[in-house]
Amino acid sequence: MATISIQCQHIKKSYTLKKNKIIALDDINLEVYKSEIFGLIGPDGAGKTSLIRILASLILPDSGSAKVEECDVIHDFEKLRTKIGYMPGRFSLYQDLTVQENLEFFASVFNTTVQDNYHLINDIYKQIEVFKFRTAGALSGGMKQKLALCCALIHSPSILFLDEPTTGVDAVSRIEFWEMLTELKRKGMTIFVSTPYMDEASLCDRIALMQSGKILSVSSPSQVKQQYSGTLWSLQSIHMYHLMQALKKWSRVDSAFSFGESIHVGISEQNISEIEIKNYLLQNGISEINIQRIEPTVEDCFMQLMDKN
Amino acid sequence: MGQFWIFVRKEMWHILRDKQTLFVLLGMPISQILIFGFALSNEVKNSKIAILDHSKDLTTQQLIKRIESSKYFEITDYLSHSSEIEESFKKGDIKLAIIFSPDFEKNLYHSHEASVQFIADGTDPNVGTTLVNYGSAIIRDYQDELLGEKKLPYQIKPEVRMIYNEQLNASYNFVPGVMAMVLLLVCSLMTSVAIVREKELGTMEVLLASPLNPFFVVISKSIPYLFISIFNILSILFLSYFILEVPIRGSVFLLIAESILFIITSLSLGLFVSSIAKTQTSAMFGTLIGLFMPTLMFSGFMFPIDNMPVPMQILSNIIPSKWFFIIVKSIMIKGLGYMSIWKETLILVLFTILMIFISVKKFNKRLDIE
Repeated sequence: MATISIQCQHIKKSYTLKKNKIIALDDINLEVYKSEIFGLIGPDGAGKTSLIRILASLILPDSGSAKVEECDVIHDFEKLRTKIGYMPGRFSLYQDLTVQENLEFFASVFNTTVQDNYHLINDIYKQIEVFKFRTAGALSGGMKQKLALCCALIHSPSILFLDEPTTGVDAVSRIEFWEMLTELKRKGMTIFVSTPYMDEASLCDRIALMQSGKILSVSSPSQVKQQYSGTLWSLQSIHMYHLMQALKKWSRVDSAFSFGESIHVGISEQNISEIEIKNYLLQNGISEINIQRIEPTVEDCFMQLMDKN
Repeated sequence: MGQFWIFVRKEMWHILRDKQTLFVLLGMPISQILIFGFALSNEVKNSKIAILDHSKDLTTQQLIKRIESSKYFEITDYLSHSSEIEESFKKGDIKLAIIFSPDFEKNLYHSHEASVQFIADGTDPNVGTTLVNYGSAIIRDYQDELLGEKKLPYQIKPEVRMIYNEQLNASYNFVPGVMAMVLLLVCSLMTSVAIVREKELGTMEVLLASPLNPFFVVISKSIPYLFISIFNILSILFLSYFILEVPIRGSVFLLIAESILFIITSLSLGLFVSSIAKTQTSAMFGTLIGLFMPTLMFSGFMFPIDNMPVPMQILSNIIPSKWFFIIVKSIMIKGLGYMSIWKETLILVLFTILMIFISVKKFNKRLDIE
């Protein structure tokens, strides 16, 4: 496989909040290859931001070591900071400066100019260029994220850290944003992105599923789906509540959770048939149901992994 | 344009776009000088007094006339009985009652001794004492004239002169004080708030992830405040010289140079506060309580340091404003040269170096979250 961009070993991090010790990262081991989009998927509080901050040399791990682009995050942080682009979860540009001023300022921070690296941001910047004399604070959420991405890219970093870049961004802008990331990857950039949205996982080359400071699995989105054990069924009925109650009672059911307008039911037996499920439900007085065997999504796999742990 | 000046320019943009704050920064020294110059003053003028004249003779008439013509007193009540004195005080109008004993003139010329009683409102001790002193002075003057060429055999007469400030103009004291206060507010408060704002808004996080030495960011933030402060110094000196008629007896250049030194001291204090404070609010309270209050109390501007208990006098030595206050008074009012203020200057220099050293040491090259 390709060369390694990020390597971390036994990273641990905990915070002390009002005398309670909170473990944010618990023995994280990870390898990220060059020129891939690596997704860190997990719910809020899983430890995604802590991990990104450690890799961007912004905070120190309690123990363990990590190398990013051959720089140790603890000792070579000054050298490392010339190679990374970092976009924090919260919008962190100067709200009272205009779009253009922000961009020029961040270019000067990295001792470069907007002209020098314009080719990198061209695709993104032209979408917000009409607003270049507007202050950053007056931009919409999606525009802000595009500007922040431009500012993180302006010095042509070899690796880009994005902490929940699409949180609070509308669906269309999210799609556009991911298209840009794919384009940057094609130019050879390594992208390390965290997101709480499971649907974005399939857009990554590889994903790490995170929960309570632990990495549950690292693989490609399709491998994750293959790892799903048992069969998955999607059920719909007009009596959703009774349906859920009945399913939860059944000993053959591993998991049952609401998924949009239907219930996803995981059953570990490979050869269970549709008729068997229907019969069971009929015995419990639920007749009008819509049942379908489905392929697991990343979210289903994530739920299953969470249950196991 | 160098990277540093790009940073300074960005900082100027922040300041110029916040019109209200800019207005306060530039207007504050002007308004403070004018308020202290014309509205707030601890001089005692036109105090209302009552006269109770039991004698009603020529001498007392002349004395009352003199008292009345003094700018310090305004006679509002002429009382006829001693029982009215307390009533007059209780109404809260008068600050002083002057009572002439019966047969004042007769006693003065025959037994060579007449008495006059001053009853002053002691609720504000300073005002009470001052009024009694003014009143006594008028009586003493009259007595000296009476004596005329008749010399007393033994007499010790204190000759009092208030040098450097013959008219006891209070502006001489507060102009240096206002200078210290304004510089401290603009430099320490504004820089610490501006630096902490970057932490609070998360922009510091982005800057930390860049190859830039973050201390560079912090230094560049203080430059615009240096310029604003120099402007403030000039406007304070201009107003106090031309409007309040406070002289600048020493070298103007020395005065400005010392002010710039104090500006740098204040900036280093702001830097120090910002290295501790995590939010703009805590930076603000830190500078107001940690720097501004001690300046008011321990610089000698409001309360004389010599009157304080010894531990507080020792404590006052670590307040840089105290040394600046002494320097400015020495140059402006006493007209002294650098030879007589080098000690105070050296203290400020060392203090500044120490503050910058601590701030650099404490400056976190990573995020402070824990």
